[in-house]
Amino acid sequence: MVRLFGIVALLSLVVASGIAVVHARHAHRQQFVALTALERERDELNIEFGRLQLEQATLAEAHRVERIARTDLGMKFPEPAELRVVRP
Amino acid sequence: MNARRRAHPRPRSRSAWLDTRRRLYVVVVVMGLATFALVARAVQLQLIDKAFYQQQGDARFVREMPIATSRGAVFDRHGEPLAVSSPVESIWANPQELLQHAERLPELAQALGIGLDSLTQRLAQRADKEFVYLRRHLNPDAAADILALKIPGVASQREFRRFYPMGEAMAHILGFTNIDDQGQEGLELAFDEWLTGKPGAKRVIRDLHGRIVENVDLIRPAAPGRDLTLSIDRRIQYLANRELKTALLEHGASSGSVVVLDVASGEVLAMVNQPSYNPNAREAVEQGAYRNRAVTDVFEPGSVIKPFTVVAALETGKFRPDSVIDTTPGTLPLAGHVIRDVRNFGRVDLTRLLTKSSNVAATKLALEMSNEHLHDVLRRFGFGEATGIGFPGESAGVLPSPRGWGVLHKATISYGYGLSSTALQLAQAYAVLGNDGVLAPPTFIRDARNPPRQVIDPQLARTLLGMLETVTGAEGTAQRANVVGFRTAGKTGTSRMASAGGYEKRYISVFAGLLPASDPRFSVVVVINDPTGRDYYGGLVAAPVFSRMMEGALRVMDVPPDDVEGLLAAVPANARRAPPARAEANLPQEAEAVPDAFAGGALR
Repeated sequence: MVRLFGIVALLSLVVASGIAVVHARHAHRQQFVALTALERERDELNIEFGRLQLEQATLAEAHRVERIARTDLGMKFPEPAELRVVRP
Repeated sequence: MNARRRAHPRPRSRSAWLDTRRRLYVVVVVMGLATFALVARAVQLQLIDKAFYQQQGDARFVREMPIATSRGAVFDRHGEPLAVSSPVESIWANPQELLQHAERLPELAQALGIGLDSLTQRLAQRADKEFVYLRRHLNPDAAADILALKIPGVASQREFRRFYPMGEAMAHILGFTNIDDQGQEGLELAFDEWLTGKPGAKRVIRDLHGRIVENVDLIRPAAPGRDLTLSIDRRIQYLANRELKTALLEHGASSGSVVVLDVASGEVLAMVNQPSYNPNAREAVEQGAYRNRAVTDVFEPGSVIKPFTVVAALETGKFRPDSVIDTTPGTLPLAGHVIRDVRNFGRVDLTRLLTKSSNVAATKLALEMSNEHLHDVLRRFGFGEATGIGFPGESAGVLPSPRGWGVLHKATISYGYGLSSTALQLAQAYAVLGNDGVLAPPTFIRDARNPPRQVIDPQLARTLLGMLETVTGAEGTAQRANVVGFRTAGKTGTSRMASAGGYEKRYISVFAGLLPASDPRFSVVVVINDPTGRDYYGGLVAAPVFSRMMEGALRVMDVPPDDVEGLLAAVPANARRAPPARAEANLPQEAEAVPDAFAGGALR
């Protein structure tokens, strides 16, 4: 009788662990899918960041800045006569 | 079963019963064998050949997909991007599948923007393959439009393209990558392994049409390429490129280089060459434009070597800075040749030797020391030896072994002929004079210090610095190198280009300078090859480039003026000490002295 009880208990443990394995595997897949989605989002954001960096670098390109300063805004470096040196 | 039923109603004869039993046995045996066969087959499938069938099944649905990863970015010393990878899409096709739908080819060809003929031809060539690129590196939006046509067998693949926001100003240092994102030139090649990412892999389940149903497992995470921070300062780089380009146009010169080193650390703050190219669109670039001349091309430096001859002379103890050498009459016959000065400088001390750039005096110094000593000094300053900067194709220059030097060879070396060096080596050697005699090997990487070494006595280096300040003074050869408000040390050089069998009437104008002279932070070398205009002296061609670019560079680097008196003198009276006006008085007083064809002739 005790032995029978033991067998039943072990059997149910086996079944339970089997179900647990299935469950864990399912959870793993779901987590992996979520991870992949997040990684894709991260990559897209990185790529967007790179693109923005590139855009910023293009806009801030020294040649362009100089052209805009000189021609569009009419800026120039002061002539020596226009400089005043402040003594400390 | 039917047979047994029919047998039951007539169990009369024993033979018939036996017959029935026998038949029963046969059936049982047959059934047993059948069962065994089934079990055996099941065992074979499930246990013995399991791996094989599992693999075959997976092969039809489970795929390993690469995870694309990008190449690391390159930044300047302030974190401004110099090279960035941006995603693009490459359209590819499976020819076997696509050719079954040949009626859609015209539509595809139009969408791709390529001729129908060339498309058909390309597909026909690869008809037995499963992969062919149709068009690479498309803008992601354009690729999406093509995929929206849903033509069978056409798909896209993410790749990365390199963009260089600084364009030609940084082209030589950075180099470029090929279409497969592998470094081909410059630092892209030198640091290819560092910059390249390792593509990852993941396992996915795909359906009949190859669409990904589910991500199953991560096999290897993608490791993106590492970023690289250079020692370059983008703003100085831009200024150097602008001024070099202007000077090349102004003097009709064929090529040129500028190198700016941080004196204390050896970091390269700027390095530009002309002609250059646009690394973002490399079609129809002349081969020569790819060279980073400042590192790969050697030339005979001419008079800019003289400070090192003076160092060697002072080290022997036979000379002091105020020792007097008689250069009268401005020529010196030696071993069947004649060493010439631009004019007769008379009696000069070592400082005036540099101020006036006397070949005769330099020769007389060289004749007072051993070959080995002069060689050793030049060697210590890094001549004839690669700098170890790690740039592909770096040239070590040539410093011949002293055993082979004749008297004439030693004399020519004392004023910069018979040895050759790169612009970078010159900048490195001048940095030693500004760094209390310590040679800090140059590097392109920020904060990557190579072990420095003391190569000459600190006091000697400071003495030389003071002597070189006179070169930009009122009597010197490089007044046009001055930057208002700053004390400038430097040396000009004008050497003839060597060619097969002698020297041509073409020149290399060089200026090497240290700023600010009271405590040098920048070691700068400007080299301009083959100026075809009226001016070709280093002091008139190369020195103004130095002055103009450093004026801007000192401002962006927030270097306080160390010559406030000069600044005050220049400002209120509207009389700048460095004359921007092209005063004819600054031209060398004498006409060109044609040096001996063999011995060359270092002009000022």
